[in-house]
Amino acid sequence: MALLLGPGVAEAIRQHGAGTYPNECCGALYGRDGVVTATFGLPNTTEEGPRRRFLVRPQDYRAAEARAKDVGAELVGFYHSHPDHPARPSQYDLDHAWPFFSYIIVSVRGGTPEDMTSWRLRDDRSAFDEEELSVGT
Amino acid sequence: MSNTIHIPTPLRPFTDKNESVQVNGSTVGELLADLTKQYEGLRKHLYADDGKLRNFVNIYLNDEDIRYLQREKTPVKPGDALSIVPSVAGGAPTSAVETELPTLTQEEIKRYSRHLIMPEVGMDGQRKLKAGSVLCIGAGGLGSPAAMYLAAAGIGRLGVVDFDVVDFSNLQRQLLHGTKDVGRSKNESAKSRILDLNPHVQVDTYETMLSSANALQLFRGYDVILDGTDNFPTRYLVNDACVLTGKPNTYGSIFRFEGQASVFGAPGGPCYRCLYPEPPPPGLVPSCAEGGVLGVLPGIIGVIQATEAIKLITGIGEPLIGRFMIYDALKMRFRELKLRKDPECPVCGTNPTVTTLIDYEQFCGIRPEPQTAQTTGANVNDWEITPVELKKKLDAGETPFILDVREPNEYQINRIPGSTLIPLGELPRRYQELPRDREIIAQCKMGGRSAKAQEFLKSVGFDSVKNLRGGILEWIDKVDPSQPKY
Repeated sequence: MALLLGPGVAEAIRQHGAGTYPNECCGALYGRDGVVTATFGLPNTTEEGPRRRFLVRPQDYRAAEARAKDVGAELVGFYHSHPDHPARPSQYDLDHAWPFFSYIIVSVRGGTPEDMTSWRLRDDRSAFDEEELSVGT
Repeated sequence: MSNTIHIPTPLRPFTDKNESVQVNGSTVGELLADLTKQYEGLRKHLYADDGKLRNFVNIYLNDEDIRYLQREKTPVKPGDALSIVPSVAGGAPTSAVETELPTLTQEEIKRYSRHLIMPEVGMDGQRKLKAGSVLCIGAGGLGSPAAMYLAAAGIGRLGVVDFDVVDFSNLQRQLLHGTKDVGRSKNESAKSRILDLNPHVQVDTYETMLSSANALQLFRGYDVILDGTDNFPTRYLVNDACVLTGKPNTYGSIFRFEGQASVFGAPGGPCYRCLYPEPPPPGLVPSCAEGGVLGVLPGIIGVIQATEAIKLITGIGEPLIGRFMIYDALKMRFRELKLRKDPECPVCGTNPTVTTLIDYEQFCGIRPEPQTAQTTGANVNDWEITPVELKKKLDAGETPFILDVREPNEYQINRIPGSTLIPLGELPRRYQELPRDREIIAQCKMGGRSAKAQEFLKSVGFDSVKNLRGGILEWIDKVDPSQPKY
């Protein structure tokens, strides 16, 4: 699988991650057929410490899904940041993952966004598989 | 009679792309059972292995979360609509070791059995230790017990940063090194001792001085940083680099009979600069080399640091975050001070002014050594003299007044012939004893205290005062090797 980020998408994710550092940011990804065309930042409502966790509440998820129709695209996944941790999914990410969604992770070191990766849950939920990420201009 | 279930985007591939599905039943549980019967692929995403709904799967009956109704037993009426609404959650590993913990071999299980039988540590904790890494700044008094206990406890990877060689004066407290290691690189000596204790530990040594140029990169590769340094520039450097990389700093320091320990730079906790925003004036706080240290003291403090590192990595207990421990060996007392994160802190505050590593020697007011004097032996300034130059002066028949500002017990160990002892602390009330018509050469062990003495004497009107560079240690090295060093 491969995921192509449309113009401005990567930059929007990076900026969101830098802006919420040292806390995690999160948001929705829209597009179709392996192309992300838009993002939508969501509030991180975790009560477990936003430096290491993010949570999109059900009502925000519903809003994010409803928004897909507004932008004329499908909800294709979510992004979040890992402040001062590598852009690799944690066990916690795996335990909470949904199938078919692309999960983009951006590592933010000391406030500066670095690596960005994208992951998909394996069918049997046993692991994430990294998907190739390319950035369009 | 059937009810509608709304399917969220990520589950639609299992329902033939349908956004909603018709199901039958009289309770929420029955509707869901019918759904998974029709679309078997949904089951593993909705239910955990124990048959319960996954906690990030929310079921809404009309607009009400079934957790606030009767959960899966909630009865449904005709026309009620059910929605499956995902909570999307995730996050970075709580510590970098959470992902893919390594397994333990039979031999390791035997070795760590006293850990494994305690539920607080257990297999999971031991595997976290194996996946964990600690970077020891310095393989000296604090680094020795810390590294040895961490190694024995089963830490997976231990980094050691040191550039010194083992000296006889280290052996009184630096247990990583033995008598046979004198003259050997501390890193090499440390590595062989650690591997002897536990060959399962990966030991990475860095034969370098920790600096603003290498600290961030080094720290990023470790879970916890253990500060075993003995000087202020490195202490501030370690603190700032820990805050900037988000790594907790298990801090310790020792002097004479007193030790301190804390955990700085942990998420939400204070850093060293919240406690001490500015370093003390240079020379005011003597180092262990100048003031001495009880040999067993680093054993206590270094082991506290190792304990905190183990707690941080395994996630057990109450870490020493926001608490400052002070230990007095003579009174045999521990005291604890509360520390608060300073919102004005220049490094970890809300509007930090230090966002990158700086020149810490300069920050701590330490004068850079004049390069030319070292290479040529020539006296390039009027405030400093080298031992070789002093020897030449004496041999030429000059009679400078050599002022030794050390303590009497140091003077008993070694001295420059003809020197006069007035300890630095007594100088303000005894300086009248000094001759005004002779050149004064101030001298101590290494040149720090005598620089203070020189500054003081100039302030009270002595014009011709020079500091003996490198103190009596350099005198012994360059002029008189027959005397003992300490």
